[in-house]
Amino acid sequence: MSMDTQTPPSTMTDVSPPKTGAPVVFENLTRRFGTTKALDGFTLHIEPGEFVALLGPSGCGKTTALRVLAGFERPDIGKVLVDGRDVVHVPAQKRDMGMVFQSYSLFPNMSARDNVAFGLQLRHQRSTPRRARAEELLELVGLAEHTTKYPHQLSGGQQQRVALARALAIEPRVLLLDEPLSALDAKVRAELRDQIRALQQRLMITTVFVTHDQEEALSMADRVCVMSRGCAEQIATPAELYSRPSSEFVAQFVGISSRVAVVRTGDSVALFGRDLKIRGQAPEGVESLDALLRPEDVDVVVASTGLGIITHKSFLGATTRLAIGIGGAAVKADVLSSTADVFELGTRVDLVANARDVLVTASRPAT
Amino acid sequence: MASLELGYVLEGDDEVMETFSRSNSSKLWFRRVRWGRGTALFLAAAYFIIPFYAAMQFSLQNKYGHFSLQPLTQIAQAPLFLSALWLSTQLAIATMAIVLILMVPTMIYVHLRMPRFRRVMEVITILPIVIPPIVLIVGVDGVTPLWLKSSQYLLALIYVVLAMPYVYRSLDAGLGALDLKTLVEAARSLGSGWVSIIWRVLVPNLRSALLSASVLTLALVFGEFTIASLDGWTTIPVWIYLAPTNNARINTLVAMMALLATCVVLMLIVSFDRKSHSRRN
Repeated sequence: MSMDTQTPPSTMTDVSPPKTGAPVVFENLTRRFGTTKALDGFTLHIEPGEFVALLGPSGCGKTTALRVLAGFERPDIGKVLVDGRDVVHVPAQKRDMGMVFQSYSLFPNMSARDNVAFGLQLRHQRSTPRRARAEELLELVGLAEHTTKYPHQLSGGQQQRVALARALAIEPRVLLLDEPLSALDAKVRAELRDQIRALQQRLMITTVFVTHDQEEALSMADRVCVMSRGCAEQIATPAELYSRPSSEFVAQFVGISSRVAVVRTGDSVALFGRDLKIRGQAPEGVESLDALLRPEDVDVVVASTGLGIITHKSFLGATTRLAIGIGGAAVKADVLSSTADVFELGTRVDLVANARDVLVTASRPAT
Repeated sequence: MASLELGYVLEGDDEVMETFSRSNSSKLWFRRVRWGRGTALFLAAAYFIIPFYAAMQFSLQNKYGHFSLQPLTQIAQAPLFLSALWLSTQLAIATMAIVLILMVPTMIYVHLRMPRFRRVMEVITILPIVIPPIVLIVGVDGVTPLWLKSSQYLLALIYVVLAMPYVYRSLDAGLGALDLKTLVEAARSLGSGWVSIIWRVLVPNLRSALLSASVLTLALVFGEFTIASLDGWTTIPVWIYLAPTNNARINTLVAMMALLATCVVLMLIVSFDRKSHSRRN
């Protein structure tokens, strides 16, 4: 069995007493690179011991925000408060923040143990307790048998776990994770994801996790901050973010949404023959509206006189995703794979909205 | 496998027969290539080894023309040889120290913060090769204060300039092979200052680049004649040229020993580099 599939032993609860991490506040941060604004008035409050994911597409400013917190970038305007103290002018090496990078960042000339002990050595910890602590942490991440190995002798997943142990060794005030899973294959990624979350919950360390992968963000974080064009679009729990996206951008970026033109009557809209309440605020003064539908918001029924036609079908395991062309719109819907045989390409179907309310947005002008 | 193939061939299977003859001819072709390689290697080796052998045979003789190791013992007794060797060694150490202390942090800074400046650095560091040494020493002599002009270490300062093209290229290749930004940021986030980053993280990972830069500098200092001669210092090459001995055999032997020492050091570097490379991969 590969070491990547190991789970951390359960007998290591004595490694570090649970403690509460530091609160972190990003206050109105702006950072320009030339004419591009990487951060544009970014504000976020993180509670002590909270796990927050910064989620967004490339160039949304999530990595810049993390690098500002780490001390690798300085904001043009704004404050970063850690434990209530502004750290903008504190150099990176004095911030006590453990960081795990996207690319493998282990020092190639040092064994796994020496990598983990590096930060402790800088803190003048004596050799024997330092080695013992490094070995404890490697055991914590399930690499007890690999302490003397060099980075090139470890797999990608193992290297990232050593990097995690190295970041935790210095008992950081905040743990920073800069897309640490994106270079790994799917299976290792899923395992390491669970392991990081379990460790964070045990150590109760304030954690900021940058990712462009919504599944990672939703499954790991206490709260997710969806970013776009340098500022926070929505900061919410994963469940709230998914079910109550505050904007079209969030709805489109988190999960999959289909747009269907709807007619408004008061505070509800008519969709596939049913009246649904408008979720949240509808755009003011706009007559033509689109509903944003999740694949699970729609039921599909085979009907020879149906208005929709199945145009695409893809098997996803337990569910099968159908694309249905209906009145000029393309709607995605999930059905159980065990019942998917009846839905062949070209089959006529009717759609039934099964949600109680629906998110609406202004229609896009026809292109 | 070979006997099986032969069995098929004996049964007269045309297709197999064709494959067999094709593989046979390709084997012959490989053999021809090997012969070609062997010949090229032999010629190249002969080009270097024959003059070396002739020079060694000429220098390792006693006064009756027979092979003898006696000239080796005479080297140490030759007038001014040891002082020339000591001077060259001092200069080599000083040059290596100055050039590395100057270039390692500069190169790290340029790679990290000013990657566009690498092109400019490349051009600047090639200048010492283009400028003739005689121009360099005349120019330097014109602007150097007297106290420095009288010091042997003025030579080391000039050699630093001459060594720059080699040191730049070695370090550039070494730094290019590292994920410098991530390593530096990882070390900084763990609390490391710049001195500690360079000393504990980067230097160990640049070992082979630093070693090759040092050896090229060493070879340069032990081989440079014009500037040392014009500045009036008897380094090893100047000593060989001035020949303060009436025995040409000893002079030749010294030159051969220098060549041999350089070869050994270079081979050591190659093997060291290979070892660290295999460790990395």
